Amino acid sequence: MSSHPHAPAQESAHNTHHGHSHGHEAAHGTFKSYMTGFILSVILTAIPFWLVMGDVLDSKALTAGLIMVLGVVQIVVHMIYFLHMNTKSEGGWTMLALIFTIIIVVIALSGSLWVMHHLNTNMMPLNPEMMKNMP
Amino acid sequence: MFTNTNLMEFIFGRLSWDSLAFTHEPIILVTFIAVAFGGLAVLGALTYFRLWGYLWKEWFTSVDHKKIGIMYVILSLIMLLRGFADAVMMRTQQAIAFGGNEGYLPPHHYDQVFTAHGVIMIFFFAMPIVTGVMNFVVPLQIGARDVSFPFLNNFSFWMTAAGAVIIMLSLFVGEFARTGWLAYPPLSGADYSPGVGVDYYIWGLQVAGVGTTLSGINLIATIVKMRAPGMTMMKMPIFTWTSLCTNVLIVASFPILTATLVLLTLDRYAGTNFFTNDLGGNPMMYVNLIWIWGHPEVYILILPAFGIFSEIVSTFSGKRLFGYASMVYATVVITILSYLVWLHHFFTMGSGASVNAFFGITTMIISIPTGAKMFNWLFTMYRGRIRYEVPMYWTIGFMVTFVIGGMSGVMLAVPPADFVLHNSLFLIAHFHNVIIGGVVFGLLAGVNFWFPKAFGYKLDPFWGKMSFWFWLIGFYFAFMPLYVLGLMGVTRRVNHFEDPSLQIWFVIAAFGAFLIALGIGSFVIQLVVSFFKREQLRDTTGDPWDARTLEWSTSSPPPEYNFAFTPVVHDHDSWYDMKKRGYVRPLEGFKPIHMPKNTGTGVILSALSVALAFGMIWYMWWLAALSFLGILVVSIAHTFNYKRDYYIPAETVVATEAARTKQLAEQA
Amino acid sequence: MSETQAVSAEKPTFYLTEDHHPENSTMLGFWIYLMSDCLMFAVLFATYAVLGRNYAAGPSPADLFDLQLVAINTAMLLFSSITYGFAMLRMEKGDKGGTLGWLVLTLMFGLAFLGIELYEFHHLIHEGAGPQRSAFLSAFFTLVGTHGLHVTFGCIWLVTLMVQVMQHGLIEANRRRLMCLSMFWHFLDVVWIGVFSLVYLIGVLG
Repeated sequence: MSSHPHAPAQESAHNTHHGHSHGHEAAHGTFKSYMTGFILSVILTAIPFWLVMGDVLDSKALTAGLIMVLGVVQIVVHMIYFLHMNTKSEGGWTMLALIFTIIIVVIALSGSLWVMHHLNTNMMPLNPEMMKNMP
Repeated sequence: MFTNTNLMEFIFGRLSWDSLAFTHEPIILVTFIAVAFGGLAVLGALTYFRLWGYLWKEWFTSVDHKKIGIMYVILSLIMLLRGFADAVMMRTQQAIAFGGNEGYLPPHHYDQVFTAHGVIMIFFFAMPIVTGVMNFVVPLQIGARDVSFPFLNNFSFWMTAAGAVIIMLSLFVGEFARTGWLAYPPLSGADYSPGVGVDYYIWGLQVAGVGTTLSGINLIATIVKMRAPGMTMMKMPIFTWTSLCTNVLIVASFPILTATLVLLTLDRYAGTNFFTNDLGGNPMMYVNLIWIWGHPEVYILILPAFGIFSEIVSTFSGKRLFGYASMVYATVVITILSYLVWLHHFFTMGSGASVNAFFGITTMIISIPTGAKMFNWLFTMYRGRIRYEVPMYWTIGFMVTFVIGGMSGVMLAVPPADFVLHNSLFLIAHFHNVIIGGVVFGLLAGVNFWFPKAFGYKLDPFWGKMSFWFWLIGFYFAFMPLYVLGLMGVTRRVNHFEDPSLQIWFVIAAFGAFLIALGIGSFVIQLVVSFFKREQLRDTTGDPWDARTLEWSTSSPPPEYNFAFTPVVHDHDSWYDMKKRGYVRPLEGFKPIHMPKNTGTGVILSALSVALAFGMIWYMWWLAALSFLGILVVSIAHTFNYKRDYYIPAETVVATEAARTKQLAEQA
Repeated sequence: MSETQAVSAEKPTFYLTEDHHPENSTMLGFWIYLMSDCLMFAVLFATYAVLGRNYAAGPSPADLFDLQLVAINTAMLLFSSITYGFAMLRMEKGDKGGTLGWLVLTLMFGLAFLGIELYEFHHLIHEGAGPQRSAFLSAFFTLVGTHGLHVTFGCIWLVTLMVQVMQHGLIEANRRRLMCLSMFWHFLDVVWIGVFSLVYLIGVLG
């Protein structure tokens, strides 16, 4: 609900002394960069949809792997061209926060999968086919 | 009167006269009467002394980080009393309920008591007091005039307070959860806990969680962006460092709790199947997720305490902190490692040897940086000129007690040993050993240490020492027997025992709880005595302990703007550096100071959140919908206010600083 | 401030005589908020990853998902991203009308996305594949629904900001707010990439 965190103590500092912003808010894109990002993400979205809807590859595992790789690439594209991520904005703190978050996300995701997979194997020796049909 | 039951149900949901717990529970009736009279007396006194306006203008709507910090600490101390009352009830019940004696707490009440005790102590005592001390100290230590987002700070406090109100409501209206403090499903699911108890738990935590997360974001931004010129990362005071890491942990773990509780909420309200026993749900997923939050949480609590001890050890030993850099690295390593150990809370779940071995090893590794810190403190004291003031008492008590708790923790980290000790009283003894010996001692040390900064007079040392000794001895009496009982195989959360040979241990533990009660009582007496002796205990220097960091360079209590001129920092013990190199306090050239304005929006939003939670808990959907709409409207309206700041005129600054000059001159 | 910091060993400076304004923290603070939101989604993704194949003898993704609809929906979100980008470019030029124009277009795409998603949900529930049916469907509805809820709040925020820009123009505070919403909006795109890859495409793959 407080999606507008807002610092009054500094607000008019910006209005009065404009030179203080050190250009850190100038991390905007240009028309060219937005279009590059857009075209890249259209391509990167179209390929996985085509792979699945057109039933292009025989191997499901390969298709799934490709989808994941393309997804990661597209996330990077969005980060660079739309979110204007770089190592310099906010003195590198946004990048640091992002890296930390990615580490935690990876830990939480892979850790949960690992832990729960082992649990399922140990507690309920079922194959995936049986799992699907479990009431 | 209404005859239409549908209408009644629409208006009151599942709330009825029977829901008012004091109508049928004598213990709660007595409590209710006491609270009602106490409350009325307080309200009456406030009205009589015409303090409402003052409180509203100077405190409730204040965006001053110092006042918000103090309000956090007051909230936490009130909740400590409530949580401790629960503890005493459990200890007395377990001391008497043997054989034919059923004790005085029936199981359904006892279960609520231990759940409330855990929830209140962690979420509404430890969290607010940690946040409060960080809020008060961090901006002063980094030479800032306020936090990055002052309104958000006020809002965060009121959300935490709203959570506390929701939990307290459950005492009288309805019931509280009977599930233990983490509310594991399927017990906490709709099938096995159909009442309002778990809903109180969920909404209380969710509302408070919003405040905790936002205040975490706020303090990170503050520490990163608002440090005084010259204060590079490796020149930050160590308490600021631990606060930074704590807030990183808060921001990176509370969303996990929020999301997990949302899933439980959906299971209860919308009939989804995340943690149910059938239709593909898996209750163990909840256990897994909640501990991904839960383990960082314990470091959220202990890291600031480590920071406090570091400041105190170096101040009262009159030395620089030994191994500043290693202390920083240890803190950062703990921050990251705390995300790699969560499974040690459920070794017995059955993930198998490989998983258990991994998490057992990471758990043992995390004790290394903690041990390094312990040696740093010892080496700081070594050959120091130690002054045994009250904060130093707490610190030494901590060092002994925490090491014992740490060692029993390493025992629990060994999976085969954990299979024996899991859910036993040994575990209870272990985590009370580290939380009381670490967090509580740390925060009480911090309160004694920074009290003169906050209020301008020291706390009375005699009652401080009384409080310390009662707490320390009481702690050992209360929890060492639990180690013994745990090793004998007694499990936690039991309200009645058959084996009479166990009773003596519980009686000793109850005696310990009584000593701790005296410790808390001494602390309250200490506050009262100090207030009456405040002229004798007055600190006119602003630096009563001959301390080392920036907060001691300004007056006690600090002016609203903290520093008339922004300090420039050359060393991590910057105030010590200033004293040593002949800093002269500036007497002229004061300028108007730009400050944020007070606002009542935080209070309003928090009140609406309580209404929203109450509506959701009791199925009063109209109330929930209306208050949600209200929250939306009020927060949007708030963004239309662009004039949120003002200037303290230069004359006011001149007058304030002149008064301080006079005070310092009288001192000399 | 670097001049004032210049310190000679003999005569250190211990305070600034000039007024000191720290850099604005809003963008950093908002970024950290987004990171915390990211972790909330991480939990929902983890839940989907763990429970997503527990169909409880009910329908599986291949039975339920209409990839054409998902493709259209993805397109809506991508278009809204680029139009928001154009709004930001107009904002930098100080063109209030242009900014508002592109924002309106963004809102339209956002609402279209929500409309399609609601249609999809309605359709699934109508078929008996509601969130109560199985753990898979619970996880699916919660993950996709949470994203949708975020888009809804983004739309409300967008409307609020448009009113504020109309009232006060592109002043510093409003620019900062537009930048925050921009990050929020693009962040939701990033989450959606995860959703369509992991939930829809790999789900249909089986």
